[in-house]
Amino acid sequence: MMIDPLSVFLLLISASTPILFAALGELVVERAGVLNLGVEGMMITGALAGFAAAYASGNPFLGFAVAALAGAAISLLFAALTQLFLANQVASGLALTLFGLGLAAMFGKPFEGVKAPAMPIGPLRINWIVWLGLIMVPVVWWFLNRTRRGLILRGVGENHEAAHALGYDVRLTRLAAIAFGGAMAGIGGAFISIATVLQWTEGMTAGAGWIALAIVVFSNWTAPGVLAGAWLFGGVTVLQLRLQAAGVAVPVQLLSMAPYLATIIVLVAISARQKYSRRAGAAAPGSLGTNFHALR
Amino acid sequence: MYRSLTKQCNCAGRDLRDKQVKDLTKGTELTDMPVFRAEGLGKSYPGVRANDDVSFHVMPGEIHALLGENGAGKSTLVKMIYGLVRPDDGRMTLGGAAHVPSDPRAARAAGVAMVFQHFSLFDALTVAENIALGMENPPPRRELSARITKVSHDFGLPLNPARRIVTLSAGERQRVEIIRCLLQNPRLLIMDEPTSVLTPQEAELLFATLRKLAAQGTAILYISHKLDEIRSHCDRATILRHGRVVDSCDPRAHSARDLAAMMVGGQMRQIDRSGRQPGAVLLEVRALSQPAPNAEGTALKDIALTLRAGEILGIGGVAGNGQEELLAALSGEVRSAPGTVTLEGADLSATGPEPRRIAGLLAAPEDRLGHAAVPDFSLTENTLLTAGSRKSLVRGGLIDHKAARDYALAVIEGFDVRTPGPHVAARALSGGNLQKFVIGREVMQNPRVLVVNQPTWGVDAGAAAAVRQSLLDLARQGAGVIVISQDLDELLELSDRFCALNEGRLSPPVPTDGLTLDRIGLMLGGAHGMEEAHL
Repeated sequence: MMIDPLSVFLLLISASTPILFAALGELVVERAGVLNLGVEGMMITGALAGFAAAYASGNPFLGFAVAALAGAAISLLFAALTQLFLANQVASGLALTLFGLGLAAMFGKPFEGVKAPAMPIGPLRINWIVWLGLIMVPVVWWFLNRTRRGLILRGVGENHEAAHALGYDVRLTRLAAIAFGGAMAGIGGAFISIATVLQWTEGMTAGAGWIALAIVVFSNWTAPGVLAGAWLFGGVTVLQLRLQAAGVAVPVQLLSMAPYLATIIVLVAISARQKYSRRAGAAAPGSLGTNFHALR
Repeated sequence: MYRSLTKQCNCAGRDLRDKQVKDLTKGTELTDMPVFRAEGLGKSYPGVRANDDVSFHVMPGEIHALLGENGAGKSTLVKMIYGLVRPDDGRMTLGGAAHVPSDPRAARAAGVAMVFQHFSLFDALTVAENIALGMENPPPRRELSARITKVSHDFGLPLNPARRIVTLSAGERQRVEIIRCLLQNPRLLIMDEPTSVLTPQEAELLFATLRKLAAQGTAILYISHKLDEIRSHCDRATILRHGRVVDSCDPRAHSARDLAAMMVGGQMRQIDRSGRQPGAVLLEVRALSQPAPNAEGTALKDIALTLRAGEILGIGGVAGNGQEELLAALSGEVRSAPGTVTLEGADLSATGPEPRRIAGLLAAPEDRLGHAAVPDFSLTENTLLTAGSRKSLVRGGLIDHKAARDYALAVIEGFDVRTPGPHVAARALSGGNLQKFVIGREVMQNPRVLVVNQPTWGVDAGAAAAVRQSLLDLARQGAGVIVISQDLDELLELSDRFCALNEGRLSPPVPTDGLTLDRIGLMLGGAHGMEEAHL
């Protein structure tokens, strides 16, 4: 069988784009100290809203813009629950996933069986949105590590009590981070419906949101790490599709689960090592998943 | 006011201070205008009047002590100055202008800086990043790093801007907080119990820095309940009780006892050390070595000690030198090699905490909330955790709720724990009250040997005296007590013999009589142990 490395690589970066967007967004959210388990729900919302807008207007880019807005909008539901009403973040995040999946399934009925407008091809035969995702990696890294806002955001995530004592608005910072995470997840979801599958199917994100969450941990909460994790997942996905097409004598079910399995194995291996690396500064944000309440 | 101030400052600093003060007040007729003035400040929380009609002022170049027990309203007061809390009534002025900070950033912009009691640092971030977060308009990274290096060396507090906070010692962490303040050239520097985690040498270093700052005209508001350091280093003291200013005085003109009496509003009970006779050997630890429990822990190295009945053994040392590990090895949380821990001839090395409690070896760890007590359990339920067997609160696997409640009530009464009742969750108690409860729960079980770690950490003077007296009373009744503490005054006050714990090694004991703080500081590894020792 023949597998051309360059075409595999082009397919790889395309296949990894949805989780790259979602994971970069979740990276910023978690660096602000919030654990939003609703990535899957925000992705599917973006997938439907983006597809509907692209189909209605005939403009796929408008679809992505609407997907970002829809993802941010539904994430603000989570933000309101956890930041204003101090609800448990894990429960609220899970609820957001269930809510998003159900909502998209209901409103998606009229869009089943129709086809998305064609995406214009960008430089080097690579989709513009794929380029955007790649550009977002250094942008997020630069924001987190080189800007004042990024430093404040990391401070809020590391020790929200101290950030509050120094006069930073913990709640506002987290609201902004959650909205950004929602918008990124929305774009990631829309990439699946508008640019990959080209139609709407119920539950089409198929667990990509959960993989994105795992990749944030895998990445040690860094943007380059997120890229590596997304490429690992995308690479194994493309590889197994190629192997399936080439008719390798391995059960299809095993090949299909290979990307998930590979991601989990690498994740476990890295986490086992991470336990000891806090002194080197590489670990989960100190206030991750805990709500902040200040008496004024 | 200003005259009395300069008269008291040392000669070397006086000229500089005079000059600085004149510079500061240039162009104004009033040479003795306060940097900060509070008039009639008040703040209420539901059910509590935290501050009531508080008025005082701080002069340029003055180290001004704010003295009071826990809950006297010191923290609320400085939070109002720092913009974290808005006063209900009264007014503040800073440098002659009205001071109405809407948040800490506004207060910082106006020239107020604050070093917090519980460090407001970000563990995973670097020194430079932490300092940048505490500044309004930080310079670019390289320039900031250079300035941190320069300022920290100028003040004799060297810091490496690239290191992460998690790798620093307590003394170094405080330096980060101080340098963060100094880089903003504050007019008023607030320090909230800064020496509670420092060795004597580190504390001396801090006071030298503060004097240098004061000589440059910075006003310093110094919060503490350590009377001796206030008496030797502060120019004036304002004393708060129940949210009100009860007195304002020159602390050097009063004895520690007078100050304490003003603080608590009555005579302090004198500690009674009498009536104790060293008896037979109770606890013997031989060649106890343990590997570090985790990356941040300390390995115990060949620890040996003996404890007699009626004796109090003090173990001093800077946090992180093996205190928690030693307590865990004695309480039974961590088992050790056979023959290393024996109580009255019985080898307990291989047994866990419960058999050791039954044998009479009890322990009260440092971390009140989470280690010594379960935060969400009621006080009754918390008594069951350690007193279940010795007080027969559990029989045949069933809890005797009435007996448990009665015992909790007895502890509350016997140790003056201020709480509505034994049904209250542990987390709802203030630190001092919970500490009294935790110590009382062990003391009232009549242990043969009691091991306590930091028994009065963050506890006010009145409560601390009560806790210490209870330990002395326990020893008088023939028990042996081991007190592990960072508070050297406390160790000198309580213990008969003193050992230093340094990097997991325990020094041979020396009698406490005639021991000076300087000598102890040297035993602990002193100031040289602060900086490079952790690299």
